[in-house]
Parts: sequence; structure tokens; C-alpha cells
Amino acid sequence: MSDTLLSVEDLWVRFPTRTGTVDAVRGISFSVGRERVGIVGESGSGKSMTGRSILRLIRAPGQMEAKSITFNGDNLLEYSERQMRKIRGHQISMVMQDPKFSLNPVHSVGKQICEALRLHTKVSRKQARQGALEMLEAVQIRNPERVFRSYPHELSGGMGQRVMIAMMLITDPQLLIADEPTSALDVTVQMKVLAIMDKLVQERGMGLIFISHDLNLVSSFCDRIIIMYAGRIVETCRASELHKATHPYTRGLLNALPRIEEPKGRLEALQRQDSWKQEASVDARV
Amino acid sequence: MTTAPVKSNVPSRSGLKAWLSSDAPASRGHARAVQLYLGWLKLYENKLAFLGFLIIFSLVLIAAFAPLLATTEPNAQDLSKRLLAPGTSGHLLGTDELGRDIYSRLVYGSRITLLIVGIVAFTAPVFGLLIGTVAGYLGGWVDQVLMRLVDIFLAFPRLVLALAFVAAIGAGIESAIIAISLTAWPPYARIARAETLTIRNADYISAVRLQGAGIMHIIVGHIWPLCLSSIIVRVTLDMAGIILTAAGLGFLGLGAQPPEPEWGAMISAGRKFVLDQWWVAAMPGMAIFIVSLGFNLLGDGLRDILDPKKSQS
Amino acid sequence: MPVSDSALMEPKSLSAETAADARLEIKNLNVYFGEGSERFQAVKNVSVSVQQGGSFGIVGESGSGKSTVLRAVCGLVESWDGEIDIDGAPVSHKRNKAFARKIQMVFQDPYASLHPRHTVDRVLSEPLKLHGFDGIDGRVLRALDDVGLGADFRFRYPHQLSGGQRQRVAVARALMLEPEILLLDEPTSALDVSVQAEILNLFAELRKEHNLTYVMVTHDLAVVAHMCDEIAVMQFGEVVEVMDVDAMRNSTPKTAYTQELLKASMGYDAEFFGDS
Repeated sequence: MSDTLLSVEDLWVRFPTRTGTVDAVRGISFSVGRERVGIVGESGSGKSMTGRSILRLIRAPGQMEAKSITFNGDNLLEYSERQMRKIRGHQISMVMQDPKFSLNPVHSVGKQICEALRLHTKVSRKQARQGALEMLEAVQIRNPERVFRSYPHELSGGMGQRVMIAMMLITDPQLLIADEPTSALDVTVQMKVLAIMDKLVQERGMGLIFISHDLNLVSSFCDRIIIMYAGRIVETCRASELHKATHPYTRGLLNALPRIEEPKGRLEALQRQDSWKQEASVDARV
Repeated sequence: MTTAPVKSNVPSRSGLKAWLSSDAPASRGHARAVQLYLGWLKLYENKLAFLGFLIIFSLVLIAAFAPLLATTEPNAQDLSKRLLAPGTSGHLLGTDELGRDIYSRLVYGSRITLLIVGIVAFTAPVFGLLIGTVAGYLGGWVDQVLMRLVDIFLAFPRLVLALAFVAAIGAGIESAIIAISLTAWPPYARIARAETLTIRNADYISAVRLQGAGIMHIIVGHIWPLCLSSIIVRVTLDMAGIILTAAGLGFLGLGAQPPEPEWGAMISAGRKFVLDQWWVAAMPGMAIFIVSLGFNLLGDGLRDILDPKKSQS
Repeated sequence: MPVSDSALMEPKSLSAETAADARLEIKNLNVYFGEGSERFQAVKNVSVSVQQGGSFGIVGESGSGKSTVLRAVCGLVESWDGEIDIDGAPVSHKRNKAFARKIQMVFQDPYASLHPRHTVDRVLSEPLKLHGFDGIDGRVLRALDDVGLGADFRFRYPHQLSGGQRQRVAVARALMLEPEILLLDEPTSALDVSVQAEILNLFAELRKEHNLTYVMVTHDLAVVAHMCDEIAVMQFGEVVEVMDVDAMRNSTPKTAYTQELLKASMGYDAEFFGDS
């Protein structure tokens, strides 16, 4: 196991509503080293909120609270908003589900990548352009010059997501948070994008938090898995040992999946139990 | 503290309130009552909108009970009591140049205002909604023809059209109402068309098409309910403008004719005394101001309340 | 013509002789969008045949034309040529009410397929009123019961329902007119896995109870493998392969594209995808 890059202790995310406070994330602790960690859960499990709160990106009226979020030995909770802006996109980057919402439609792709780089490092315009082109090549875009000049609406979903990855990795971050980065893509494209992400993360020795609803995909792509239910971590295990998972929720999710290799007459419906919500969160720090 | 984003039934509320906030209504009427109650709650929570609602509600009450509220007949003249200041000898808001009680005239005048507002509010938006949704849903040449018609009507200045009507059928409230209605519908058609374009390809419209429903059934039963909220908001916001236009027509002598106690006409009459007997013009002015403000506050609040994106939760 | 090739090799597959008991048969279907120089052919020469009581899957990625095939069959898309036969009789471009009682459709996104201002009761009773059914109250209650929702749900609005409950209402709506064929357009792709399992089980039960024929479109190979007996793979508007479910399970598809799809849906494999 590699050294710890990020360690989160007792994280809560709360949303006040008319009918009372809703806790989206309820006291979870986990850590990420230079490895691929998957956070899996169904809608409403709090997995996306977890990803956003690492970068302190919970929008009002939501509130986040934690004992500590330690990144490279520093507690991010003690950082000012200005210091956080230096962390975001520079040392910790985030890739979202749909590139269409993350890219500015009125600027060319190249300009946006260059801007991302120049925001955090002192490089000349020419160097930035060179760096952007190299990065586009690294995400296996065949004609980087053309893509550099194009606008977001001219790109297909898979191409857009490659551009996003290029933009997020050009500042050489140490940690990448990918929130459902391939869910909007076709399966075959999805695999290519994952392969690119995988290769770059490995080459640069980065940490990766991969947030997804797809248990199958996460277990085949990540090193370690964190399974969330109703704002808590119900189970954590090595990806290769997922089939040995013991929590009834994890088992239920596994059994609910139809599988090509083994036909089943009936899929097992998940019987949710209220006790799962009451159980203490599992500590997923290593 | 709730522990998960799941709404639970609230068991310990009593009687009517519980019935009105039920999660599982037991009949069609019940479901509608619950929706109305939720809308009422939201209106009540929005203080400014509720103030607007109270103003409009008072206007309706005043118009309904005008004979009980007025202290004299609106047109009863008493030349010995001309231009009395507010508060003198039982004339709460003073008297005008013919010795008529301004308060009583304002109370009766609310009926005329409400009549204009009511007729315009029920004709122009309905017509606009029909034209806009048909154009948006059918598209093609129907859309082209109808929307060009809208453009033509939008190009007519309201007052000039009103003048034309006065020339044709004579001055009066009727010409004012017709002129206002004729020039008020095109914006509603535009709004309705824009809304229709965003929902015509929705899956729920496809589903009802697959059931064999006809075009008018889809437009009236499925598209109208979704356009209605933006139309209602627009109507309430427009009401202030309509009152002002009616008042403006009255002021120019093209709308209500003397001795009708129409607010705009009253200001027009008070214009001559505005420097020495300010209340003759100022009192109807205040009435117009308060009612317009009421409609604007209500309209702004309704925009928040009826927004379908917000009513999800 | 991949279809006729496989027909020669596999006796089980479609051919002119078996067409007699085909409930739905599509012959040389072409669908076009746009006009003039913008004209684009979304579906090219597609021919498939669905047996009575069968469950036929169409898989493909976005832009493969798979949903367009369904939309042409049910009449939501009118710019097509070729032949669509139901029980041996060709259907015309304009559909009538009788057609609505033969075929109904379940849509992909349950958040977009229910009218936000209509109660469940209105959604379910509307088709009955349109077609002049009697005993509407009883039918609505029975339909709710059929899809595993109780009478409690009858007067709720969509925003009071979860995704899975909404999709159950959408399924109930499709069944109100007692159709023989149900077209399923990615009916579970917007749902969580555990809810997907419930809805897929529901489809299996309903098929048995109501003797339904399914045509299901999806991008998820595991779902078609679970639901369907026969599967067509589409790419760029064409059917590249028709196979039965066993062929797919045994990973013996003939075309490279199907192989790749199959591999991709098994999960991430660094060795397979890493050096592409």
C-alpha cells in the first residue's frame, strides 16, 4: 500500500429543508493513497456529495462538517477560500459526468485548456499551447491541432470527456476525483476513456477517486471499493475481493445485477432494511 | 432529525390539516384539495405575495359590498360642498369639483376597474394560449401563419387602436376593454408557443399520442396545464399595466365617460385643481397605485410558487 | 444482408416459413430525418421478425438507430418506408385507435414520461376514456395491483413517487388498453440496479400473465441477455447480427463489433482496452 494522500475523518453533509434537516453524508471516514479508490452507491447514497466536499464545493444551503480533511499533511478545513482555489484544479482535479456542462460553450477547447494551465503555473502563451497539444495527444486525440481549435458543441461525448480529462490533468494534480465520468458514454467508448484515464493516473502516480453507480465497472477498474448507502459507508474491501463481500446491501446489489454468463429466472430484489441506516459507518481508512 | 432523504408520513396532525396534507389522497377531489392547500401554504409563506393577495382580495370585497361601504351615492352632487379637504364633515377623502364624495366614488370605481381587469384577464390570455399552443404543437405552415398574425397585432400601439375603436363605436368602457384585449393577447401567444415547443416532444406527450388521442385533446388536456402557470404569472404582472392603460384611456377621455367614477377619468377631472386641491387627483391615483402594486406583488410571488421546478419537492 | 445469411445457417432463425406466426415483422425498414441536403438516414434496411409471445432485444450504442426502429413501429416517426406487419397485416403511416390497442410503449426516463400535473389516476384512466371502456375504476385499481402498487398510489402526483414507482405507473399505463405487443425503450437505464431488478422481474411476470410480446431496446447486454430470447445488434442504422441468447451467453457472436460490445459490458479489462 502506498502512502496516504488524502484522509477524511467524520465527514457530514447536511441540507436544511422545510421539513427538517436531511443528512446526505453521515459521518464517514476514508483515505486515499496513490491508488484507484471506487465509491459506489445508488442515487441518494451521498457519493457525489462526498466527492464535492473534499474540494469544499458544497453549495448553500448545504453545510459540510468534518473532524479533518487532510491532504498531503495539511488540513483543508483550515484553508481560506483563496488557498482552496489554489488546490482546486491544481493539486486536486475533478471530472464530472457531462462535459457539456463543464466546458464553456463560447470558448475554444484549446483556450480553456491553456487557461487551466496558466491559472496555476507561470508559463508563456506558447508553452501553454505546446503543453495543451501534448496533453490532447496524451488522451489519444488523433488530430490535436483541430480539436484545440474546436468548440465544445463540435465534440462527441467521448471526445468531450477526453478533453475534460486533458484539462484536468494538465496541471499535474496529485489526486483526481472522477464523478461518473463515463456514465453518459456508450460502453465501448466508455472503456477507451477509462483506459486513457487509467494509463495517465498510473504513469503519474496519482490518486484516483472514482465515483460510480456501476458496481461491476468499479470492481473491474479500481483497487479498492467503498460502498455507500444512505450517507454511510456500509462496507469497504479490495476490488478483487468484492465477491466475498458480506454486508447484505452489497450482496443484494451483486445479486440484483443480471449477468450475461449465468442466466437467472428471476433477479433477486433487494430487501432494504431500516437497520442499515442506523449502523455505524465503516471506517475506510488504511 | 430525519436520517435519510425520505419523507415520512406525519401521523400526529389532527383533522382537516392532516387530511389536507395527506401523502395518499383517497379521491380525485381530495388530491386536488391537497394541491390547493400546498399552494396556499406556499403563498402564505411568501409574505410579499400574500400582501399582494390581500390587496386584490380586498378589492374584490370592496367591489362586491360597494353599496354597504360607500357613504353616499357615487354620483350624488352637492355644489355647496365643492372641493372639501379630506376629513371635513364626514367626507373621509374629501369631495370633488361637483361636491361628490371621493371615497364613495373610489369604492364604486373599484367595480369598473375589476370589470375591465376581469374581462381582459379572461379573454386575452385564453385566446393567446389557444393560438400559441396550436402554433407550437402543429408547427409548419400553421405556426408560420399564426405567428405572423401575432407579429401584426404586436405592432399596433394600444392607444391608437383604442382611438380607432372610439371613432368606430364611440367612447366608453366597452371600446377600452376591446382595445386592451385585442392588443394584450399576442404576448400570451408567444409565451404559450415557447412553452409548447419545449414539451411537444416530451415522452408523456408521445405516450398519449400512442393511446390514439386527438390533437385538441392533447393540446387542451396535456399542454395547457403546463403553460398555465407562466401565463397566470404574466397575467398578474400585466394587470397593473392594464389598469394603467384603462386609467390612461379614461384620462384621455376615451374610456369611461362622466359621470362614471372610473379612477383614470377621476384623475383627469382632478387635473385642473391639482395645485390647490391636490386630493381630487391624488386619491384615485393612490387607489391605482395600491391595486397595481398588489397585482405586481402577487405576480412575483406566483412566479416562485408556480415554477414547476420548485414544486418538485 | 446479414439477416438472410444467418437464416440459411440457422434453422431456428427467421425465414419466410416462420413468418406466418410472427406477431411483428419488419421488412426493409428505412427511416429518414430532415429534408434536402440535411436528409439523414437513421435506419437502413432493417428486417427483423418477432414471434408471438417472444421477447426480442435490439442492442446498440447511441446513434445506432435502435430507438428509431421502435418509434417507427409505433407511429411516432412517420418518415419511413419499407414494411411493418402486425399479425401478417401491414400497418399504414397514419395510425388509428385500433392500432393503439395492439401496441403500446414504455419509455426510458420515468421522470420524463409522466405528465407532471396529472395524478396517477388520470394517467391510467385517460386511455380507457379515450377508447370508451367501462368499469374504469375497477380497471385502474386492477392495473395498480398488477404492477405492484396499491390503491394508495391512485391519487398521487408523479413528484410524490420514486423513480421505480413512476416506471411502474408507466408500465401500468401501457397495459391499460390490453395491448398484445409492448415496446420497451431502455425501460430501466435511468433506474438504480436494485430497482432495475424489480422492474425486470415485473416485466417477466406480466409477460406470462398477459401473454405479451416484447420488443426491447437497450444498450445493456446483461439486461437483454436476461430478458430476451433473440437479439439483434445494430450499428450505424444497420442490423449487423441477429443471434439467439445462447449464442450471446457462450460468447460466440460472429462480428467483431458484437464481440467488442460483449467484452465492454463484462467490465473494465486493462489488457483488452488498454492498448487500443
